[in-house]
Amino acid sequence: MTETAPLLQLRNITKSFGSVQALTDVDFEVRSGEVMALVGDNGAGKSTLIKCIAGTHSADSGEILFDGKEVHIHGPRDAARLGIEVVYQDLALCDNLDVVQNMYLGREAHDAFQRLKEPVMEQKTTETMKSLAVTTIRSIRQPVATLSGGQRQSVAVARAVMWNSKLVILDEPTAALGVAQTEQVLALVRRLGEQGLAVVVISHNLHDIFETAHRITVLRLGRNVGVYERDKTTQQEVVAAITAGVPTKVSGIATAAGAAE
Amino acid sequence: MTTDVEIVGQDAAPPAEDAAEDSGLLRRAIENVKTGNLGVLPIVIGMVFIVVFFGFKATNFFTAANFSNIIVQMAGTAMLAYGVVFVLLLGEIDLSISYVGGIGALTVAELQLPGSGHQINGLLAMLAAVAVCAVIGLAQGSIVAFVGVPSFVVTLAGFLIWQGVILQVLEQPGSIIIQDRWINYTASYYFSTAAGWLIAALVTGLYALTVLAGLFGKRRAGVAVASPGIIVAKLVGVAVAAFGTVAICNHAQIPHGLPLAGVLIVIFLVALTFLAKRTTFGRHVYAVGGNAEAARRAGINVPRIRVIVFIISSSMAAVGGIILAANVNSVDLNFGGGTLLLNAIAAAVIGGVSLFGGRGEVRAAFLGALVIATVSNGLNTAGYQSGVIYIVTGIILLLAVTLDTIARRLQVRSGR
Repeated sequence: MTETAPLLQLRNITKSFGSVQALTDVDFEVRSGEVMALVGDNGAGKSTLIKCIAGTHSADSGEILFDGKEVHIHGPRDAARLGIEVVYQDLALCDNLDVVQNMYLGREAHDAFQRLKEPVMEQKTTETMKSLAVTTIRSIRQPVATLSGGQRQSVAVARAVMWNSKLVILDEPTAALGVAQTEQVLALVRRLGEQGLAVVVISHNLHDIFETAHRITVLRLGRNVGVYERDKTTQQEVVAAITAGVPTKVSGIATAAGAAE
Repeated sequence: MTTDVEIVGQDAAPPAEDAAEDSGLLRRAIENVKTGNLGVLPIVIGMVFIVVFFGFKATNFFTAANFSNIIVQMAGTAMLAYGVVFVLLLGEIDLSISYVGGIGALTVAELQLPGSGHQINGLLAMLAAVAVCAVIGLAQGSIVAFVGVPSFVVTLAGFLIWQGVILQVLEQPGSIIIQDRWINYTASYYFSTAAGWLIAALVTGLYALTVLAGLFGKRRAGVAVASPGIIVAKLVGVAVAAFGTVAICNHAQIPHGLPLAGVLIVIFLVALTFLAKRTTFGRHVYAVGGNAEAARRAGINVPRIRVIVFIISSSMAAVGGIILAANVNSVDLNFGGGTLLLNAIAAAVIGGVSLFGGRGEVRAAFLGALVIATVSNGLNTAGYQSGVIYIVTGIILLLAVTLDTIARRLQVRSGR
């Protein structure tokens, strides 16, 4: 891992819903070209953190730095403008539309008369699929309803990537997938990192995480309890952090990672 | 004969006919049928049966004049059904269209009434009627989209309200005779022989140009182009449909020539198909109908789409209402009642539009309206009473939806 400045950096993010403290002073970062896993038990605050980045929620306090500059994300559109795309667990695909139509959903290429530019969209979709080495989809003109779970995930990921995005967040990308399909999707996630994107993967499956991630951030009860480098840790250590981790950080991620070693 | 001409005109290019030309296409057609992707095949087969049956059963059915009659008879229902397609694509329903159409007809009738003090040119009157109904659609659609009242309830209320308005306004006169020639032309103007041929040539030429332009666009982008067999088959199909229809209409003695209503059917068919398939708006309609939440997250303004769709359905109801009124040269107390509403919805559904949203095409309304008009015309000419017509139409509707449901199950199974 080259020591570049992080693309996205969260500092002291706090978020509460009424009396429920969802996030407390969370630090989080991800670099370009890095796959960062975000793990934690149910209710640890993973989804809330993601939603703060995606603009669905806004944090009560703390700051978000993107590309080194402080940014304020007030809605999904703000996030999209920065180049942040989220692939939610339910994928948000329209089953009745084909692959190309889903890729361009809400952002169709059109001329001054709102006429769709189908050839342009079809060509770009083909390119994107090729660059991600998604080869299992027979025709990009078939309805998404006819695709397998893995293929649907690929479409959702490809859609997120196509818009010159810099950071892609994947929520449980391998949940409910078979072995072979999981393999496909994990390969796709690794490829995103290789192409220089920053990738955040939320997952419950440690095996998948150790297959793909460079670093692992563990949340527990709304706090960051550690950041581990994949090559220098074990599944046991991460499990221990998930179930019984003690918030180690007060002054930044480096300390947390250091403490973990 | 009648059937071939009408059906081939749709750019669907019936799988069976293409298949005969090319074994690759045949294989694909079989594949389509196996996976439940039936397209317009069932309706084409159904129409052939209907036409053959009535051809033997009713002496006056298989005549050129009756062909022309069917075109005029289907026009009103087809217009309403075009609007219904958009509403069904969203997964909503509009039960008010028959009486909104009645309001359209009433507006036109009032505005052309000589000596009423507010008489205006017939063409303007028609525009005004469509505008009035568009506002009705805007109101109903806004309640559905922004307040969140189910469309079934909103439009059921509309059904009652607009029926009430018609009854209230027409209580004194009982009916209003429409004398304006422009308005009556929508159902009773017939083009001269030469004009008919010209229109057929124009339709074929424009279609060919559009196809060519599309081909060049795809070539330039380096995208896969449909096989030449299909393209040629479609072109030939459209040419045969256009010239065939005109030939039959010109062959008829009374009424002689291509009815304007037929041209209107095609104009709206093409325009609305374009809107649904080639514009961002149309794409968003399909997206909202398929998965409203996904559409919302993708940045589509879902309420806006809903409102516009209800405006479309009310406006098309106005167009249909005007044609229906012109057909009988009057608007009376019963206008918009009877089976108009259910025929319009049935037409869209028989043609293959799903009631659950996201699936279907504008041409479905055309095909469905054609089937319904042909059946009721055939039963009429064969001397059956309206009871039989309702029963038969109901059975066809049931068959169509059952077939569609089975097809969908096949599709799901082959998809997984």
